[in-house]
This record gives sequence, structure tokens and C-alpha cells, in this order.
Amino acid sequence: MSITVLNPGLLTTVQDLGRVGYQQFGVSVSGVMDPRAATLANILVGNPDGEAVLECTMMGPHLQFDQANCIAITGGDLGPTLDGQPIANYRAIKVEAGQVLRFTAPKTGCRAFIAFAGGLDIPEVMGSRSTYMKAKIGGFQGRKLEKGDVIGFRAPQTELKNMPVRAMAPEFVPRPLYTVRVVLGPQDDYFTQEGIDTFLNEVYTVTPEFDRMGCRLEGAVIQHKDGGDIISDGIAFGAIQVPSAGKPIVMLCDRQTTGGYTKIANVISADFRILAQLKAGDKVHFEKVSVQTAQDALLTQRKALGFLRTVMN
Amino acid sequence: MADVKFLLTGDTSLTVEFGNEISEAINTQIRAFNIALQNSKIPGIVETVPTYRSLMIHYDPGVILYKPLVSKLQALLGQLDKIEIPPSEVLEIPVLYGGEMGPDLDFVAQNSGKTPEEVIKIHTSTEYLIYMLGFTPGFTYLGGMSDEIATPRLKTPRVKIPAGSVGIAGSQTGVYPIDSPGGWQLIGRTPVRMYDPDRETPILPQAGQYIKFYPITQKEYDEIAAQEAAGGYVCKRHPREEAGK
Repeated sequence: MSITVLNPGLLTTVQDLGRVGYQQFGVSVSGVMDPRAATLANILVGNPDGEAVLECTMMGPHLQFDQANCIAITGGDLGPTLDGQPIANYRAIKVEAGQVLRFTAPKTGCRAFIAFAGGLDIPEVMGSRSTYMKAKIGGFQGRKLEKGDVIGFRAPQTELKNMPVRAMAPEFVPRPLYTVRVVLGPQDDYFTQEGIDTFLNEVYTVTPEFDRMGCRLEGAVIQHKDGGDIISDGIAFGAIQVPSAGKPIVMLCDRQTTGGYTKIANVISADFRILAQLKAGDKVHFEKVSVQTAQDALLTQRKALGFLRTVMN
Repeated sequence: MADVKFLLTGDTSLTVEFGNEISEAINTQIRAFNIALQNSKIPGIVETVPTYRSLMIHYDPGVILYKPLVSKLQALLGQLDKIEIPPSEVLEIPVLYGGEMGPDLDFVAQNSGKTPEEVIKIHTSTEYLIYMLGFTPGFTYLGGMSDEIATPRLKTPRVKIPAGSVGIAGSQTGVYPIDSPGGWQLIGRTPVRMYDPDRETPILPQAGQYIKFYPITQKEYDEIAAQEAAGGYVCKRHPREEAGK
């Protein structure tokens, strides 16, 4: 049958790799904040890459399994337990009917992803199971999970082959200062050289204003040549907007599709996994790379995922 | 096409910028380029997002890298004037003006020194270009409203504006696709669903099309609303007669 939500946690939503193809109509992409971690969770339980997972934020949910299934939890370590016993992240785990998965407290990072073998029984809306909360589209009734919600499994697996190799070392390591690589543009020419230097040399601090839409940073003011307003254009995942006040905002999954502020740079895809795990108070330093380097890094990550898939399945 | 710029927007998308102003001429180029790109055999294109002055192109670097993609896009731009572009489509949107549906029609009329009937006549006399969609699913940024009926936003925004409401804010006009808060002056409402997630095409309007409003009676409103509820009203549309052709 399914899982029942005993306690939804702080913010738990159904997400896949996003709603592709509807940005031209004003529909945000949504999807998981850390596509790599979510994909790893799916690989660990033998799902296709784009299968929907539960994205848990800081305080994870309590879920009662009404039916046995195999799961894997990746991303930040939010302290998962099964019937009170701690369980490993980044490992496929068998859960029996009647057991309860609970998250006790965040230890490292901010977001965890739970994949369920065979996927969740969530209807696709516009080609995706992702939840876009602002417009109440997709996921579980267009909203975050609440106590008492029941979500079915599509094709649960009580056993997976190669169980002993369905594990890997957790990836996220807390650091005193995170280096996040960026490609400059699209509006880097709206900033003075001093502004660009400030952006690349100063340390920025993550503020509590950090949700699925964007992450505000505090730090040295980034100087524009002539203000931070532009005629609205498209916004990519990881775009770093700098409004006239000069403080950067990193745009994330639930970002609006277009916007009218200058964007100094864009976080590279290979480093989204760092962004997704940041918490208020964490320190960030931006490092400029070329688009070639950024694309090499992404393709290298994808190759590693492909290799893991081959080994485990 | 001398002014066309390629802007980096990370490693899985780029923006082709056609100018730095809001104009129909620039928007026509964007539309032509978008159509040419859809028809081209360039691999790896994931989706495109037209905006006021640019086309954002999302692509898969696992299929095509930045540099070869830019070369192909440049070649495509070079052929743009040879490509046959079909005329824009005009969506005909029925609106019940005034009364409960358009509580601010009288204020707009008063503010413009006109009668409500004159406001309706002016509002329905223009084909408005859909420059882009954004803000919420299906929200259209329209251009071309007459300054004669331009009206400032409400001082205090309403908490909930019903889907289908047609409003004016400054010199802009538009339709609220979903229930949302907002400060536009509401002059009427359309029974047509601009957005319906369960429809094959969830969002009715497209960037590059035009919208022409026409007035309807309460009876016509109810009939169209009933058709929408029963599974879909087919909105009237016609090819636009391009100026100068």
C-alpha cells in the first residue's frame, strides 16, 4: 500500500528533476534542490534518475510504512532512524511493513532525499511529479506534506539484487568556508570592476532568508555601474541576482521564470549539491571558472553516476 | 542582427539578447528566431523561454557544448531573413465588463474622464502583443494599451482576485490566470480559463500571440463558463493581419 505521514517535519515535499518545458508559460521548474543527491538515492534503490523522491528540510518527517519497500536516503545527514535505531545514509535499506522511519535532528547539511524503490504513486502534472507550492501545482495535492497524508507506492520491492554494494560514502562534508564555482554573466557588464572583484574576493554569509525560491546572502556591497534594474529576462537555476542594494540572492528551484534584476553570475551545475546543503550562518566564497570548465565538471559528475548505476544494477 | 548578443547564464543555458528595449520589432525577431530554432535540427535543446528582449535557451551539455551551440545559433541567425514565419495568432478573449466582475470600471472611467462604455470601447479596440509570460503560470505581459485609459494601481492591493479577472495597472492590461492577490484595477472578467493544469495544453496564451478582448453579456458569460466546466471551451482565434503586408 503505502506510507502514512505521522509528522511532516519542517518542509517535506515530493520532487523529481523538475517540470521541464513550461517556463515559457511562466511555470517554475521546481524539482529537487540537489539533483545529484536525489539521483544517487534513486540509483541506490534501482530507480530511473528522474523518479520522484521526498525532499526533507532540516527537521525530517516521521513516516510509517504500511507496506515493505527498499529506500535510500542521501544529501545532508538529518539523523534517520528506523524504529528508533539509527540507520545509514547513502545505503539501500529494507523497511518492513509497520516500521517507522524518523529523523531525529540535523547533523550535517540541510536537505535529505528519500528514494523509494519503484517510486511513489503521485500523478504527473505537466510531465512532472514535482511540487510547485506557490501555484499549488503537482506533487502531493500541490503542497508540502501534512500529518495524516497517505502516499502509495507504485511498484515496491522487498528485495533488491546486489544489496551489499548498494552503498557509498556520504558526500556532504561541513566546512568553515564553502567554495562555490560560478560562470560570470549574463549581466556582469552592469557591474564595475570593483564590484566584480568584491563579489569574487569577499566572503558571503547565508541568511535565514533561504527557501526553495532563493537564498539571500549578507556581505560586502557589490557595486553596479548604474543600478540593478533591467528589462526582465530569463532566470536559470543558480543565477546570482544582485538588486540595486548590492546584496546577492542565489535563485533556486522555485524561482520565478523571469525577473528584472541584474544577474552577476551563475553557480555551476556541479556545485548545486553544495548550495542545497547550506544553512543560515554558513560562509561562501565564489570562484570564477569558464563555461568549459563548468560543463566538464558536470559531465564528469554524470559519468560517475553512470558508473555507479552500472555497478549496482 | 548586428546587435545580437550571446549571454552566459550558467552551464546548461544561454540567453540570446536582441536589444535592450521593449518593442514589437525586437519581439518579432525573437519569435522568428524561436520558430527557426524549433524547426532547426540543432540537437540538445531542452526548452526555450522568450522574454521582452531575449530568448533563453536551455540545453543539455551532454549533447552539445556551449561553443558548438553558439556557432550553430549564429549560423541560424544569419539565415533568419530567409525563413518563412507564419503570421501571429490573435486570441479572442470574451470579457464581461463592469458590475461585480469589474468593480473598478467606474473608477477607471472617472480617472480617464470617459464613460464606462468608452473605456470598454478603447480596451476592446486593440490587439495586445503578448511579450512574455511569467510571474505566475499563464500571466501575460501585454503591450499596446492606450494611454487614454491608463490608471494607477490600487493603493491597497486586494487579498484575493478571482482567476479570469481583467485589470489595468498603469499603462498595462492583463488577465489574472489564477486566484491571487494583486493591486490592479479590475474592469471585467473572462470565463475563459487561461490556465487549467488538467488540460492537454494547460496554458492558453503563448508569447508572440496577440490578445483581443470583446465584450459579452452575463448570459454569454454563463454559457462559456458552463462549457469550460464541462470540459473545455475552444477559444476563437484568427491569424493576425500584419501591418504593411
